[in-house]
Amino acid sequence: MTNNLYLQNGLRFLLLVLAQVLIFNRLNFLGFINPMVYILFLYWYPIKPRRSVFMLICFFLGLTIDVFSDTLAFHTVACTTMAFFRPAIMRFVFGVNYEFQSFRLSNTTRVQQIAFLTFLILGHHAIFFLLEIFSLSHLLLLLKKIVFTSVGTLVVGTLMLTLFSAEKE
Amino acid sequence: MQQIINFILRNKTTLLYLLLLSLGMAMSIQSHSFHRSKFLNSANWLSGSIYNTQTDITSYFNLREENQQLVEENTRLKKMLYNADFAPATETVIDSFPYGVIPARIIKNSYALRNNYITLDKGAAQGVEQDMGVITSMGVLGIVEYTTDNFSAVQSLLNTKSNINAKIKNTNNFGSLKWNTLRFDVVQLEDIPRIVPLNIGDTIVTGAMSSIFPENIPIGTIQKIDLQTSESFYKIDVALFNDMTNLQNVYIITNRDKEEIQLLEEKINDDQ
Repeated sequence: MTNNLYLQNGLRFLLLVLAQVLIFNRLNFLGFINPMVYILFLYWYPIKPRRSVFMLICFFLGLTIDVFSDTLAFHTVACTTMAFFRPAIMRFVFGVNYEFQSFRLSNTTRVQQIAFLTFLILGHHAIFFLLEIFSLSHLLLLLKKIVFTSVGTLVVGTLMLTLFSAEKE
Repeated sequence: MQQIINFILRNKTTLLYLLLLSLGMAMSIQSHSFHRSKFLNSANWLSGSIYNTQTDITSYFNLREENQQLVEENTRLKKMLYNADFAPATETVIDSFPYGVIPARIIKNSYALRNNYITLDKGAAQGVEQDMGVITSMGVLGIVEYTTDNFSAVQSLLNTKSNINAKIKNTNNFGSLKWNTLRFDVVQLEDIPRIVPLNIGDTIVTGAMSSIFPENIPIGTIQKIDLQTSESFYKIDVALFNDMTNLQNVYIITNRDKEEIQLLEEKINDDQ
């Protein structure tokens, strides 16, 4: 069972990176919308395991994407930060429930799941574009990029969640 | 001592986060300077091979357009050749030209970021070096920033760090070409003095001021001229000839005399 978990997450890591760099980085919908779907890794990753390991994995996930897209360390910082704040977001979205042993993502309502994903995406994109643009003088451009790319990621992300739900019942 | 260890144990996640965060920030700040990390870019072996495989497959979809472009370019070159005053260039004449050309293929391109890089499938093993110019049959594309054995990363025109010497065609009024990140088909020409007469639609070409590009390689046409009364320089928007979103075959320009020119320039700088 544990073996299976490693395999599952390793495969997910690999496929999400490939999907991101080979498909979604080239999408350029409307000229600038490139959904960052690899954030789904943070959504799917099991809740219980040690946080430090999770953060290290997310660090390398971000770094891999950065190396491929020549955006050195923007993805890394955004991804690690979201990994650090994930428990806080989960507590906010799911309430105290999520600390119980029996908690499963598939047992929560659809609204909660999408809210969780939305918070992950918004936080991640805000950090990413802040670093990428690195100046507040282009505030409008920054907001435009954050909002539109977030919507793009949310749409594609929700579709992928529906297609590849982690825990089938 | 006990308390320090306890503190570290209690806050180990936060401390780890801060460590990783500072590592990431250090890398992004470092990448703002001119030379980026040696391995952490898309020209490395792993990402290079993956992008190469992808391009092997996807390049078939554009063959017709690419062929069309090549035929057009050949037609233009043939016209020039037949109308040249001198006899067709022989091998020895070609050898004495300072500029050489290495054909290459784009395996990764981006234009939605602020600092865009393009990855090519030719590297140091094929004679590509840092600071060589990259052009397409339509116009200027960028400058090689880093090479590995078989791949190279090119700093695109669409990069805030890009700064290319350019001039108005058929004059010697030059300025520098930069990008304000707003549109991927428009770049900005700066430092043209206001006494120069300009018209919308004038062609912008590379200047003679750099050893990277030969003179008179097309870049784009003037789209908008902005001149405030209090300023002594124009702000010019240049519409690029290249469609930066759809590129495949490029030429890397080598310059035999570059080292000599650079040596000379360094000497002047030292004397000052």
